[in-house]
Amino acid sequence: MTQSRPAPTSTDDPAKAAAFEARIAAGESIEPKDWMPEKYRRQLVRMMSQHAHSEVVGMLPEGNWITRAPSLRRKISLIAKVQDEAGHGLYIYCGTETLGVDRAELIQQLLDGRAKYSSIFNYPTLSWADIGVIGWFVDGAAIVNQTILAKASYGPYARAMVRVCKEENFHKRQGYEIVATLANGTPAQQAMVQDAVNRWWWPSLMMFGPSDTDSPNTAELIRWKVKRKTNDELRQRFVNLTVPQATAVKLTLPDPDMTYNAETENWECGGIDWEEFHQVVRGNGPCNRERLEARNKAHDEGAWVREAASAYAAKQRARQASAAA
Amino acid sequence: MTSRSVVPAPRDSPNVLFEYLLRLGDDRLVLGHRLSEWCGHGPILEEDIATSNVALDLLGQATMFLRLAGQLEGKGRDEDALAYFREVVEFRNCQLVELPKGDFAFTIARQFLFDVHAVVLLDALSRGTHVQLAAIAAKSLKEAKYHVRHSGEWMLKLGDGTEESHRRLQRAVDDLWRFTPEIFAADDVDRAMLEAGIAPDLAAVKAQWEALVREVTERATLTLPDDVPRAASARGGRTGAHTEHLGHMLAEMQIIARSHPGATW
Amino acid sequence: MNQDVVAEQTEALAPDSQWPLWEVFTQSEQGAPHEHAGSLHAADAEQALQNARDVYARRGGVISLWVVPASAITASSPGENGPFFDPGADKAYRHPQFYKVPRGVRGV
Repeated sequence: MTQSRPAPTSTDDPAKAAAFEARIAAGESIEPKDWMPEKYRRQLVRMMSQHAHSEVVGMLPEGNWITRAPSLRRKISLIAKVQDEAGHGLYIYCGTETLGVDRAELIQQLLDGRAKYSSIFNYPTLSWADIGVIGWFVDGAAIVNQTILAKASYGPYARAMVRVCKEENFHKRQGYEIVATLANGTPAQQAMVQDAVNRWWWPSLMMFGPSDTDSPNTAELIRWKVKRKTNDELRQRFVNLTVPQATAVKLTLPDPDMTYNAETENWECGGIDWEEFHQVVRGNGPCNRERLEARNKAHDEGAWVREAASAYAAKQRARQASAAA
Repeated sequence: MTSRSVVPAPRDSPNVLFEYLLRLGDDRLVLGHRLSEWCGHGPILEEDIATSNVALDLLGQATMFLRLAGQLEGKGRDEDALAYFREVVEFRNCQLVELPKGDFAFTIARQFLFDVHAVVLLDALSRGTHVQLAAIAAKSLKEAKYHVRHSGEWMLKLGDGTEESHRRLQRAVDDLWRFTPEIFAADDVDRAMLEAGIAPDLAAVKAQWEALVREVTERATLTLPDDVPRAASARGGRTGAHTEHLGHMLAEMQIIARSHPGATW
Repeated sequence: MNQDVVAEQTEALAPDSQWPLWEVFTQSEQGAPHEHAGSLHAADAEQALQNARDVYARRGGVISLWVVPASAITASSPGENGPFFDPGADKAYRHPQFYKVPRGVRGV
């Protein structure tokens, strides 16, 4: 059947492009050395690096409460969760590197403010209850997204997502357990968790991105099976999952306009404030500057450490070489 | 100037073992907490993960030691009651572990000095006469061996890396050295543990520790400071006399639990 | 080679980087093959091994780890898949099903 194909080039040859579309339509996995349209490569680098940046920046709002976690068990669980987020960033950066870009370059884009990351991490964590609600809402939303991505057409991304999904389930459970404990606790704890829900609900809905009508990339990404569902579809799935979970612990979601549509079986939300979303994405959210400052500080203060490790490795290689000579 | 202990440790009271377990637990609780301050701020992603692992291990060990301590005390205090509701002067960690984390060189040097001590001590404890303590020590020893491998490698990388990393690490070792005699200074509690065959002779632990530390620091091209005169060496942590750093650390660590006494988390 | 010269030269060659890329392979149990788990960055082999243990084996289920500099891996090229792999696909004489044996004969 197949004749041998010439070596891949980066110009979009229409025959190659058609063959690529056919592979995608047939549900095949695209691997790093396969021919791919330049735009596919660029979209993937953008999507994957944004995802990796989000994991790394996401360590900060939760990391903010490690030193104040109110029990040893919670302290240990939270450190393990933040550690997982570092690991997820790592898996996805490595996946992105298969597309021919160095991790150092990707990180520099984030530090320079040239790269985007999930808007949700630009909000502050103001109480211990925020940690529970983040696990419940934010990881819950991420799971909805990532389960779908585990079937993405690009092999390294899909494989990273399978690993991430396995680990993510503990995050949501941990969060919900904290929420349930607080909701069943003292009046002060109940007030704490309801307040956290009030602050995190709408930003969590915005995590799924703009409405389908305002999302220019979606159609192409869906055709290329990099995105499998639209923003609105995923958002609706998340809402339907979460409403009964809130009811179960007697917490109210801060949406007085929410109604249940018996025909579609959907919980329909009131209006999302897209102006807030755009401001946050543009860099004017409550914590954007602080997040980037923290990442830049860690990177700058770590430079001499990274250099030392490289220098030592080079010295060791030179010693081994001269010992062998 | 000698420091008086605020809560005296009686020699023949059954609480001597309780005191000893608090020392083991508090060392790891405080050090684990200090290490966890690096989460999200490490020099590279892989190292963030590695440091978190060590912190998690230490906090897990602290949980086991403090839980056993509470059981032996017999007053209904569990590991959280001990961690979150004791005052500064009731903590029994050595001063070495409560110092602020400093830069990465300081963190590594402090970790290395502790890890070598832990490996030697836990090995001896795991062969001691107290069955439950020996079991916790055996489990912790496996982790400690991995920790010293990690911190030891970093001692070499930083000591024999660049001129800047060498300078930072040498300064860290110089600053930390006067905190090391405390961890080998035997008192009545240690002597009681030794008599009971539960814990080793600290002089022997120190000899092994010093040999291993010298070996690595030499390979790392570092010089060890001279022996610290008794008067100049830090001490008192084992009986509740701490540096001012511990108060700030515990204020942050304990605030939420203490703000809601009796609450479940 | 003079150690001071080595030190000077290597220090000059230590620009800030995210360290080289390594590929990680894990074995889940005795007798199983090592499988590709993912990649990570490390300055040398010992660090790659430790990082691999922390990143890919901290949840258990791993009894052996291999780490390989990514630059050491030679891969077949998809562009040559045809000549490289297809000729093997139509040589049935390499597979047991090609051969008929009389019914009822065991152990063949």
